[in-house]
Amino acid sequence: MTPEPHLRRDGAWVGASVPRREDPRLLAGRGRFVDDIVLPGMLHAQFVRSTAAHARITAVDLSEVRAVPGVVAAFSAEDLDLDDITAELDRPAHEFVPTSMPVLARDRVRYVGEPIAIVIARDPYAVEDGLEAAVVEYEELEPVVSDTAALAEGAPLVHDNAPANTLVDVSLFATEGIDDVFAEADCVVRIRTKTGRQNALPLETRGVVADWDDRDEQLRVQTCTQVPHQVRTVLSRCTGLQERQVRVTVPDMGGGFGQKCVVGREEIAAAAAALRLRRPVKWIEDRRDALTAAFLAREQRYDVRAAFDAEGRILAIDADVVCDMGAYSCYPFTAGIEPLMASAEMPGVYKLPAYRVRGRAVTTNKAPTAPYRGVSRPQYVMVVERLMERAARELGMDPVEIRRRNVITVFPYTGINNITYDPGSYRESLDLCEQVLRDEGWYDVRGSADRVIGIGYACFSERTGYGSGAFAQRKMSVVPGFDISEVRMDTSGALVVTTGTMSHGQSHETTMAQIVADRLGVPIDRIRIQQGDTDRITYGWGSFASRSITIGGSAVAAASRKLGDQLREIAAHLLEADVDNTELDGESGVRLRDAPDRRLSFIEIADVAYLRAHLLPKNVGPGLTATASFDVGGDGTFSNATHGVVVELDRGTGGVEILRYVCVEDCGVAIHPQVVEGQCRGGIAQGIAGALFEQVTYDDAGQPLCPSFMEYKVPTAAEIPDVEIHHLETPSAFTESGAKGAGEGGTIGAPAAVLNAVNDALRSTGVELDDTPIARETVHRALEAGS
Amino acid sequence: MTEVQLIELTVNGERHDLAVEPRRTLVDVLRHDLGLTGTHVGCEHGICGACTVLVDGAPARACLMFAAQAEDADIRTVESLAAPDGTLNDLQRSFSAHHGLQCGFCTPGFLMLAEGYLAERPEASKEEIREVVASNVCRCTGYQTIVEAIDDCAGRRRAAFQAQLDSGRSA
Amino acid sequence: MKPAAFTYHRARSVAAAVGLLNDLGDDAKIIAGGQSLVAMMNFRLARPEHLIDIGRVPGLDHIRRDGAALRIGALVTHHAVETADLGTDFAVVSDAMRWIGHLPIRTRGTVGGSLAHADATAEWCLLAVLLDAEIVAEGSGGRRTIPAGEFFQGVFTTALEPDELIVEVVFPRPAPRAALTEYAERRGDFATVAAAVDLDAPRVVLGGVATVPLRVPSAEAVLMTDGPRIPAGEAAAAAIDPRDEPGVSAHYRRALTRTLVERACEEAAAR
Repeated sequence: MTPEPHLRRDGAWVGASVPRREDPRLLAGRGRFVDDIVLPGMLHAQFVRSTAAHARITAVDLSEVRAVPGVVAAFSAEDLDLDDITAELDRPAHEFVPTSMPVLARDRVRYVGEPIAIVIARDPYAVEDGLEAAVVEYEELEPVVSDTAALAEGAPLVHDNAPANTLVDVSLFATEGIDDVFAEADCVVRIRTKTGRQNALPLETRGVVADWDDRDEQLRVQTCTQVPHQVRTVLSRCTGLQERQVRVTVPDMGGGFGQKCVVGREEIAAAAAALRLRRPVKWIEDRRDALTAAFLAREQRYDVRAAFDAEGRILAIDADVVCDMGAYSCYPFTAGIEPLMASAEMPGVYKLPAYRVRGRAVTTNKAPTAPYRGVSRPQYVMVVERLMERAARELGMDPVEIRRRNVITVFPYTGINNITYDPGSYRESLDLCEQVLRDEGWYDVRGSADRVIGIGYACFSERTGYGSGAFAQRKMSVVPGFDISEVRMDTSGALVVTTGTMSHGQSHETTMAQIVADRLGVPIDRIRIQQGDTDRITYGWGSFASRSITIGGSAVAAASRKLGDQLREIAAHLLEADVDNTELDGESGVRLRDAPDRRLSFIEIADVAYLRAHLLPKNVGPGLTATASFDVGGDGTFSNATHGVVVELDRGTGGVEILRYVCVEDCGVAIHPQVVEGQCRGGIAQGIAGALFEQVTYDDAGQPLCPSFMEYKVPTAAEIPDVEIHHLETPSAFTESGAKGAGEGGTIGAPAAVLNAVNDALRSTGVELDDTPIARETVHRALEAGS
Repeated sequence: MTEVQLIELTVNGERHDLAVEPRRTLVDVLRHDLGLTGTHVGCEHGICGACTVLVDGAPARACLMFAAQAEDADIRTVESLAAPDGTLNDLQRSFSAHHGLQCGFCTPGFLMLAEGYLAERPEASKEEIREVVASNVCRCTGYQTIVEAIDDCAGRRRAAFQAQLDSGRSA
Repeated sequence: MKPAAFTYHRARSVAAAVGLLNDLGDDAKIIAGGQSLVAMMNFRLARPEHLIDIGRVPGLDHIRRDGAALRIGALVTHHAVETADLGTDFAVVSDAMRWIGHLPIRTRGTVGGSLAHADATAEWCLLAVLLDAEIVAEGSGGRRTIPAGEFFQGVFTTALEPDELIVEVVFPRPAPRAALTEYAERRGDFATVAAAVDLDAPRVVLGGVATVPLRVPSAEAVLMTDGPRIPAGEAAAAAIDPRDEPGVSAHYRRALTRTLVERACEEAAAR
């Protein structure tokens, strides 16, 4: 179905920062999060976890555990006997090696924190007493704790079926003659960088409450997931239950950022235990486990060369990308998620004539990874933006000017990566961002002799709303993409609207309702958005990859329009008029175009549709329900932005302070500008965290070194600056409301802009830094050497 | 299970008699023994601040106190802020107006932090407020709108107090 | 992250607490504010079988001038000190409080708890050594006064006997030209390096460079002769012997030491 594009701000609700529907309950402490749920007779679960990074399990003895007061049960892998979680790509064996992730480890553990047994007790304190009584015997194997160790000759194998510890090895592009381009180029620059492993770190950790319902013959699973239907599918496959025997519902969620968009083994194990015990079981991940054993992300190594001509025009990029994906592929994305994203999208906003890339995923004895807000884009944007600034320096050009010469300005533009970019404001955002910093006098401040100040930029675009086609190109064997929405009107004229997306902070209860409100002319307080219930909502893919408003919102809009057509058809019949002569009046009614005072309210129409169905036209069935699906056609729609950052360095400590942060963003039509700004600022904070603060580290034995917030340094209000946001609006032709995705852009741009600013501040020292998080000691050493 | 202790807690003006294990933290007792689930658990080691409540008017980490230590104290949680009919107080409204919350998980902790701080220091500057906001972790907002929400509320409270003084003077 | 089981005792007096310590031996631990202890118990890194809560013991919450001296009761919170007017004589003490964690930690954490915990970067420990404090402890043998210089013995180790608890800390002399400053990547964290100076004594004390708060006589000698400028930082940096650690090399720690001593000197001189 091809939707009619709406290329304008098309009503009173879309574009207005209305009060959020979510706020009153969350502010009053009346939100309901998974740990707030209490069921009669509920038990509490935690996991016996591996203390070894890499070992064979020679014995698991839970007999002492079961004797601990308060402990009700303890199950090992053998006891629960569940099928593995397996995620695959449809790629040949030399490009992809599948790894099965057992729900509980059987004979081998591959990271510290890997679940081995589940212990269930009457209260959350007793369950931890139980954990201490577990006896696990290991035969230790040599751990593989870095990508370089994984790829070293003769390295121990994390998975016996994965030679060279390589799960993915794909060369998506290799322009013919690219070596000649490099040989003949005026300027060749190279960036080698390593980015730190990060934790997406939703403030609410993962968790689940599961119980078996005899009447419905159903396992009811309340879990904080971004992907409820996928949890249902995996749970059904692991346990052998029919899918209809599993109902996944999602309560209020305390963030996700990708960590909850994959299916976790603990939620499957806890649900299986509830099934076995026929008693409610709750598992709430504690922070130590969340920091050491939850899905991580972002640890990548790049070796990238770029060729430029003397005028600063980019001629070629040659990239080698290695992603340290940890111990297992996540479901459904696989270990390919990071290398394939980087390989496919790296050319970004620039007109690149030649491109070669090799993307690899290696497996190591560290907690597995999942997509995290931005997925590889924070890294490759950082690399490409560093290449631009380094080339500018080599060529003696202004770093903004070199971007101007390369940025795509004519749309649609089909890149060397076979992606067609829809219209955006790449050049405009760059110009405006620079202008703002110039007008504010930051370039004068930068020149002050007694201070160490730098200015850095990041200019980038971001594909949002990956449709089935885009994911199919990645050759996932499970292909997300579409969304389905159902809109139901009741006899009071109020609406329930379902979406397969899953809000976890993004305000969909408000923004989706705004979309419906404009389509039907109903105020948002008469519209209820329903999400996160696999019994009530048709299969949906959830919320990730900035897909909710682009795809979910478009399905909601399409279903609303369809319901509007139904309302008009019934009204035409009742008013004895031609349907073409009717229109929605914007005030919960249908009127005649040529006689606007002849109208029927939705309540009057609904009255007929439900309670006096004999009055309906012959070809119209009873009830007021419309369903529509939506998938993004083609290559989807690209948001874009430029970030500009001013930093000051402290000679005495190597400290980095952000003095100014400006973001010029374009996500098409902003449904709710305040929410868009919130997404930008929150994303930028996470990007700054990656650039300057957060890193999950391990010792040589693979023991995690960040088990608490003392070591994993989440920045606070003292570290994160205010962000000034400017909006540009290039509406998308692909989505129903003209919106583009806005969830990830902030995170994507921040590391590049911050790193460029730090390097600009170091310009007199001759030192350039490329790794993140930026070590203060390295900054200090550079300043020391340069002074 | 080990021994159980009888304790008496005063929470939001209500007295509760409880029999709990001494090792139960205040936040677990508030949430699971008293059903006051508005106070959240984020780290259980005192850094994230999701569990911040008022103990005798001062913001404190409910994960770093045993409930037994809180006897004789006056505990206030987020549930005490809105009126009985659900009407949000000025600080809560300010958070909504400034989009100072997204997922809402950290929000009760920030509200109680701000209530405790503004009660002690109503004249706080925006910079001072920012420093206090740095006590807690929010993963969604980037903090700017939280600072703005609290600063705006503080300004309105000062203005209302001044107006009250003025009208008292003129009366 | 739930603590192991323990028996809870509430002491109503110092004597009662000492009696319990005596009876219960090594398995007992005193809890005051609990801001370090409870976190360690939640991780089960500390698992006392008995917890003696002195939170409501009367008579330990005073902040009082006594002639030239300043006396602070063991149960006084960091926040109470932060908001107390200690005058210019002891402004260094109240100003140092802002480096301790964050407000909700400071409202519960206590002076006595911090000294007894004896983290080598803790502000109270640095202040105690800087200002030649006397730590007043009470045990079954009665009260005694321990000079700060002898109190800190190693990593989380003090001169307290197993049956003793801190009841008071006495700062015997005013320090109108003293300051404490720190560096950490993130606000509120334990310092990578902390430096405290008293230009008049003179004293230079460092945190984060040794297992205890470290006095640096060579830097003090510089202050005595050269006045409060850069050489004191150089002397302090030269005097310490840190090890290379992940993320913080010995060289960097020395550099931080130099910077922080300089800055503390400047701050102190500006008072």
